[in-house]
Parts: sequence; structure tokens; C-alpha cells
Amino acid sequence: MIRKISTVLLALAAAFAVGGLALYRHEPINALWILTAAVCIYLLGYRFYAAWIAARVLSVNASRATPAERLNNGRDFVPTHRAIVFGHHFAAIAGPGPLVGPTLAAQFGYLPGTLWILVGAVLGGCVQDMIILLLSTRRDGRSLGQMARDELGPLGGFAALIGTLIIMIILSAVLGLVIVNVMKHSPWATSTVLATIPAALIVGLYLRLWRPGRVLEGSLLGVILILLALLAGGWVDHQPLLRPLFDYAAVALAGFVIVYGFCAAILPVWLLLAPRDYLSTFLKLGTVVLLAVAIVLTHPQIKMPAVTAFTDGTGPLFGGKVFPFVFITIACGAVSGFHALVASGTTPKLITNEADVRLVGYGSMALESFVAIMALIAATLLDPGVFFAINSGAGVVGASPAAAVHTISSWGYPVTVEQMQALANAMGERTLFARSGGAPSLAVGMASIFGSTFGRGLLALWYHFAIMFEAVFIMAVLDAGTRVGRFMLQDLLGHLWQPLGRTSWYPSVLLASALMVGAWGYFLYIGVIDPNGGVNILWPLFGISNQMLAGIALSVATGIIIKSGKRRYALVTLVPLAWVALVTTTAAWQKITSADSRIGLFAAADDLARKLASGVLPPERAAVAPQLIFNQRLDAWITMLLLAILWFVILDMARVCVRRLRGLPLRSSSEAPYQLSRLQSATAQAQP
Amino acid sequence: MRRAAQLPRRCAAAIWRWLRAASGDDAYERYRTHQAARHAGEPAMSRRAFYEDTQRRKWSGISRCC
Repeated sequence: MIRKISTVLLALAAAFAVGGLALYRHEPINALWILTAAVCIYLLGYRFYAAWIAARVLSVNASRATPAERLNNGRDFVPTHRAIVFGHHFAAIAGPGPLVGPTLAAQFGYLPGTLWILVGAVLGGCVQDMIILLLSTRRDGRSLGQMARDELGPLGGFAALIGTLIIMIILSAVLGLVIVNVMKHSPWATSTVLATIPAALIVGLYLRLWRPGRVLEGSLLGVILILLALLAGGWVDHQPLLRPLFDYAAVALAGFVIVYGFCAAILPVWLLLAPRDYLSTFLKLGTVVLLAVAIVLTHPQIKMPAVTAFTDGTGPLFGGKVFPFVFITIACGAVSGFHALVASGTTPKLITNEADVRLVGYGSMALESFVAIMALIAATLLDPGVFFAINSGAGVVGASPAAAVHTISSWGYPVTVEQMQALANAMGERTLFARSGGAPSLAVGMASIFGSTFGRGLLALWYHFAIMFEAVFIMAVLDAGTRVGRFMLQDLLGHLWQPLGRTSWYPSVLLASALMVGAWGYFLYIGVIDPNGGVNILWPLFGISNQMLAGIALSVATGIIIKSGKRRYALVTLVPLAWVALVTTTAAWQKITSADSRIGLFAAADDLARKLASGVLPPERAAVAPQLIFNQRLDAWITMLLLAILWFVILDMARVCVRRLRGLPLRSSSEAPYQLSRLQSATAQAQP
Repeated sequence: MRRAAQLPRRCAAAIWRWLRAASGDDAYERYRTHQAARHAGEPAMSRRAFYEDTQRRKWSGISRCC
């Protein structure tokens, strides 16, 4: 009875909040409307859709022994309480993507992003994560690539591997670019971010030498150290002697990030990577909770219009119409292919009971999507003029502050140099113009939320706290991504020459790490020298690769559902797959063929080549033009490759499905045979 | 009445247990328990060797996301 009443109340609240979102136009809307709509929609999706999928489509069986029970080795395979697996899984999937994507997508207004984050998560992303998690749990925790190989064929598996490697490279490059844009000419941010490295090393030594494995003690020590580093950074910023030591241009910082990435890939994990990850996880969870509390307490007004004029494709952050680019840009906050890699990695080995996949798979993604909604709120509560001034590259709006405010004001989003200067002073920065990448504007938004909740006097501290928070966990992803990429490369190189495949042979470690860092370092460098900010090219490329991976995951899921004879339920994954394929194909097609140089990569390269030949470029731009031209063509070829991989896997899946429907022979299912669980919890749940 | 008075303490203890398990703080104890139950008599790894080995395993696969 209570359940029914609560469901009715939830549905009413959802209808009320969504109605509010639909009816408010041409006047500022309160963030609480968005927040309420989001929470209600997640809860309804979890209560009904997830439960229905678990029961009907997946036939989740609580009495079936999971690999954690059958293969329990006390290490990787351990039956774990679902609340703890939820924590693990959420910490693993929560990355910087849902913070950056929604911020960039805010150029279309708050409505398109909000709608896609909610609809995409409830019907697409959460479904994908939950289904892949269950399929992997039933296959002894096999990875997405292995499942593609087992269920579709060897070529599908190989395509998944190459797709994963490309996404690692692009992801690392774009994240590197985001932190470089945060640190350039900001001694406070740079010194704080630099200080997190010795902090991580100290924690690493503490956890290995002095108090082995005492993770909570070590993390507490680390959090104290980096908060001290934050305060010390503020002090450094006011010392005329120390300040210049941490004041660098973007190219130098990119070099530093590249060297750092190489070191992190070859050093033992306990020294740098593992302790940094503990710090980033605690900081991340703490900040997410803090942000949610602060938004509810301050319930700020959203100043960005519901829909801006930039839906026509002329936006300053990146070119392209709202369809398909809002979907490509949001990526991780709604549907993230990358999650399928985690959901088929460590998590399935911890699941005690099949019924837990609903909370762990669907629930974690709903929470991740909620983080995306908060990032969107933090970005859209800024004055639109300020938002565009922070996020637009100098090549788009003009290099001088006067030119930039003139351009932006002429779009109908008034902003003044004095306003930007006052904001920069309040945040403890010299300038906030042209800090593209999403992180600085998110930090300004977060600082104003935290500032008005916990004291306005500390704005500069909150701004740099937000910056450090983003930087720490971007660097954690950079480390982990480079390392995993290194292993994948070694695996591939091992096919060419066997010794290169040995993950502990030092020459092979150095070679594979250098190749991996070189690959993403190249894209990072090009992004840094690009006067348009680089993010405008790299982020859509990352979005396309991420959605391509989601297409692969959903293809594997669809193929397995149809093979298992549940044809009538295949729409559950087929509809999101069709949408992801449509969006990715349209976006990739436009990136390749569009004649508009703001969207089409070949068009942009040709345009720049023409300008270079006719000598109209100023000398500093002419110097970098050949590299930019080459890079834009390269990006176009990579986009084609991604598109080819996606369609290759989809067609392979279609082939398998057609064979199944015609009754032709197929690879047998790789599902582990049923075994009755002996665990108390499982039998209790199976017989209520 | 006494039960109600103990409630905050029990909650705190549950949160602490969750935190230890979720962060991996109690991984070594769990390993020793498992070892004693399933492989009694075999030599167990030291705390340090176990920690190092756990980190190596954890970071050989994809465990962090965008």
C-alpha cells in the first residue's frame, strides 16, 4: 500500500516538474524544477522499467549462483554486498565526461541537454549498463570484446578492441587539453595541481612501506595534503617571487602533462597511479554530495535561455546543429559506451546475486546522469554572456577582451570587460576569457553555488577547489587510460613479435607507453596550438567514439537477446541502438562531408590551406597552419574509421540475428551453465 | 529504549563497515579469512605483498571511466 502511494506521489511530482519545465518560457526558471524532474524520472525508471527489464528481458534468477560465488578466490571474485558493489561501480564509471559534456552542450540552452540527459539515461544508458553487467555476470565476468568475439565472431571482437584503443587515445588527449586550459597562466591552479603529485607519492609510500593497505588512513592523509596544497597555491599566487615560477603558457603545460602521463604509465602502480586514484575517488564523491546539497540549499535561478539561437549550428563552443551534436556532446551523461567496459570488467566478479544488477547497473548510471544534470545547472546559472566569454576560443570571438565582449554582446548576450574582470578578480584569476574546455566555467558555476551556501568571501578558494577537483580526477583517468592503452598495445604488438607482448619486459613497456603517450600527446599538442581552442574539434570526436562504443555494446546485447529466443523484447536494446547509430552516423557524416568549415573537417582543412596559400593569415597563425591542416584531415580519417567499425559490428550482429531467425547454425551461447546458489541471501530472495 | 539509544552507534558502525569494504581497507582481512577457510595450511601473503599484488591486478584492466 505504502509502495503504491509513494509511486503515485512520485508520478505526480514528476508530471508537475516536467510540466513546469515545459511551461516556463522567456523567464528565468529555478534549478529545483530540473532537479525534481530528474530525481522523479530516475526513480520511476528504476521502479518500473528496470524492474520489467530484469524480470522479462533478462529473466534475472536470484537462485542462480554468480561467478563471485562459484569462482570465489577471495581476491577478484568475491561475493560482495550490493551497496558496496554499487559504490565500487559508481566510483569506476563516474569520470569527468558528465561534467564537461553538459557544460559544452549548454550553448544550445538548458532544455535540449536536460531532456537528452534524462531520456537518454533512463531508456538508453542505464539499460545498456544493466544488461551488459548481467550478460557479463552470466559469462564469468568476460569483457565486452570477449563477448563480442564469443557471441558474434572474431571480427566483431577485433573491431571492439580497435574501437576501445582509439577512444582511449582521444579521451586522454581531450582531457589533457581541458586541464591545460585550466592551468594556463594561472599560478594558483598550476601550483595546486603540481602539488597533488608529491601528495600522491607520499600516500603511495605510506600505503606500501609504512602502513601497507590501510587505504582509509592513506586517503585521509592525502585529502589533508591536497587541501593544504590548495591553500598553499593561494599563498603562492600572492608572492611576487614565487608566482612566475608557476606561470606557464599552454604549450609548456601540455609538455608537462605528456611527460607526466609517460611517467605514470611506466612507474609501479602503487607509487603514483593507485594513491592518486584513492584521492580522486574521495574528492569526487565528496564534491558530488556537496554540490547536490548546495544546489538544494541555494536553489539558484537558471539564466541561460531554454533554447538559444545556436541550435542552428553557429555556436561558438563547437559547430553543428542541435541534432545530432547535442547527443554527441553530452555523451557520458546519457549513454556512455565506455561504461560497458567497466560493467564487463571488475564489477560482475563482485555481484553476489543476479537481482543486484538492477541497483548496480541501472542505479549507478542514474546517479551518474544526475551528476550530469548538476553540471548542467552549474553551467547555466551563469549569465549567458559570461558563459560564452569563458568558453569561446580567441579564434572565434576575437583575441582581445574588448573584441570578445563586442562579439558576444552582438549575439544578444550582453557582457562587459569590467564584469569579466570583476569575476576574474573574485575567482583569484587574472583573466577568464577564452578558457575553453568546460572546466573553468563549471568551476565558476560551482564556486558561485558553494559561495552562496558556505560564505561568499571564499569565492577564489571555492573556484580553485573546483579546479583542483576536476584536475585531480582528470589526471587519474589520464593515468589509468594510458596504462590500459599500453596493455592493449602490448597485446597487439605481441602478435607481431612475441616478446613485445610480455607486459613486464621493460623495453616493451617503454615502447608501448611511448607509443600510447605519443599518440594522445600529439592530439593534445595540436589542440593547444589551435587558436579555436581545440576542444571544438576533439570533444565531438570523443563523443563520436564514445557513442560508437555504445553502439558496439548495444549490438552485442541485442545479438544475445535475439539468440536467447527473446525476439519480442529486442526493442529494449534495438531502439537505443538505432538512435545511437543514427546520431553517430549523422554526426560523423557531417564532420566528414559538410562544406561548412565550422563543421566539416576536410572543408576546414581546405579553407585553411586556401588562406595559407593566399597569404591572408597573420604570421603566428600561418606558422601553425600546416600542422592544423594535416590534423584536420587525420581527424576526418579517424572519424571514417570509427563509423566503419560501428557499422561493421552492427551488420555482424544483424547477420547473427538473421541466421537465428532462419534457424541456421550459430555459435553456441557462451553463458555459464546454471548452478543453484548456496548463499543464504540468494535462496531467501528466490523464495519470498 | 536502550535499542533506540544504540541506534546512532549502530548506524555509525554500519557506515564505517561500508566505507572500509567499499574502499578496500579491509581487503587483507577478507583475504586472510578466505585463505583460512578454503586453503588452510598454505602460506598466506604478507600484508605488503598482498597490497602490491592487489594494485597490480586492479590496474591491469579497465577500472576507470570517462
